[in-house]
Amino acid sequence: MSSTKEEAPAVRVLGLWASPFVIRVLIALRLKGVEHEVLEEVVGKKSELLLRSNPVHKKIPVLLHHGKPISESLIIVQYIDEVWSSNAPAVLPADPYVRAVERFWAQYIDDKFPRGIRILKGTVDGNKDEIVEQLSTALQLLEEAFLKLSNGKHYFGGDNIGYLDIALGSHVGWVRAVEKIAGVQLLDAAKVPHLVAWADRFCAHPAVMDVLPDADRFVEYSVKYGSFFPTRSSTTK
Amino acid sequence: MAEKGVKVFGMWASPMAIRVEWALRLKGVEYEYVDEDLGNKSEALLRYNPVTKKIPVLVHDGKPIAESTIIVEYIDETSKDGYPLMPVDPYERAQARFWARFAEDKCNAALYPIFVTTGEAQRKVVHEAQQCLKTLETALKGKKFFGGDSVGYLDIIVGWFAHWLPVIEEVSGASVVTDEELPLMKAWFDRFLAVDMIKAALPDRDRLLALNKARREQLVSSA
Repeated sequence: MSSTKEEAPAVRVLGLWASPFVIRVLIALRLKGVEHEVLEEVVGKKSELLLRSNPVHKKIPVLLHHGKPISESLIIVQYIDEVWSSNAPAVLPADPYVRAVERFWAQYIDDKFPRGIRILKGTVDGNKDEIVEQLSTALQLLEEAFLKLSNGKHYFGGDNIGYLDIALGSHVGWVRAVEKIAGVQLLDAAKVPHLVAWADRFCAHPAVMDVLPDADRFVEYSVKYGSFFPTRSSTTK
Repeated sequence: MAEKGVKVFGMWASPMAIRVEWALRLKGVEYEYVDEDLGNKSEALLRYNPVTKKIPVLVHDGKPIAESTIIVEYIDETSKDGYPLMPVDPYERAQARFWARFAEDKCNAALYPIFVTTGEAQRKVVHEAQQCLKTLETALKGKKFFGGDSVGYLDIIVGWFAHWLPVIEEVSGASVVTDEELPLMKAWFDRFLAVDMIKAALPDRDRLLALNKARREQLVSSA
């Protein structure tokens, strides 16, 4: 007698579609062609599985690989790159120095953008003008970094998207959404033309387009969930 | 002429800078140390790290890298034949990185308030810091070091606690890492500080004590 036992998929992601940190994980998995199941959390109510899988932070995203949990989006992306190292393309650059530079900028991005976006969205109090100034400066620096790292090619990673493309690109949805919500310009073609062109290319990339919706959907989400929006307390970095 | 060799821009009392020194020493890499006056940063530092202007910065053959956790991984990747810092297994690597981030983001933030408070307010923040360290302690899981049988990446990242915390405790009049509350961590402190390469780079305790006493007086009086 043959019995088919229903097994949980080898790779599962606990997440919320609107979280840039979750989006990073999904892009990396799609880039590597890794089959996975996405378990969408309910906004404002954390699942038992999430609480069990990330007891320290209780935040999404969590990657479950054969049941073993990995947390923190950038750590998950590196894990995916290392486990599926034989699947092209490589996410982290091969050269250790370039790798260190990309890691530096990814950390810089997470120091500036999440908080800045929350303030511009209005979920957290802050000086909006100051934030626009800070984020514009950050984007200026990233524009210069793009020119150095891309070497005339399409992405920070060169011919294909890589770690830094994913780290910054995952924030594009909310950046464009807060431009509408707060009535400000961040991805300004006059100031950061290469980044603007890069952002369009990134969003159209096959590994990205189905998991990074248009700005309007993020705006709708913001309106719908208002005070329920996952703040610092429920999404991790 | 192209710049050759390894330079570390640091500050003698900085826990972040010492991580870089520990990593280089464990790998047997020779380096030149440039001690910065943080109130008057050198032109070289500002040139090498214009974005955050912070130490430590590692300059390898003229190319600069900033952020201590990133520098330590870079050192590991460029000296592959030397002492291994990161675990080999991807899951273990992810765990090590996770705990390093936790220590940086949560534990550091939990420890600072102890330094600037007194009395009941201090007792409260000491308790919170202990909870944070207890969580971190679970990563020791009955091992000699966070890295297993020998010192690894995570030991290097959180190792500064072993030398700095007793100083902070003395200066602030607080007891944080005790045998009762954090026995595993306390035992690890002793083992970690006994490692030759680690011992070799520690800042002078008395000097550290004097610096922190002065700082605390300043901070508490202006609170």
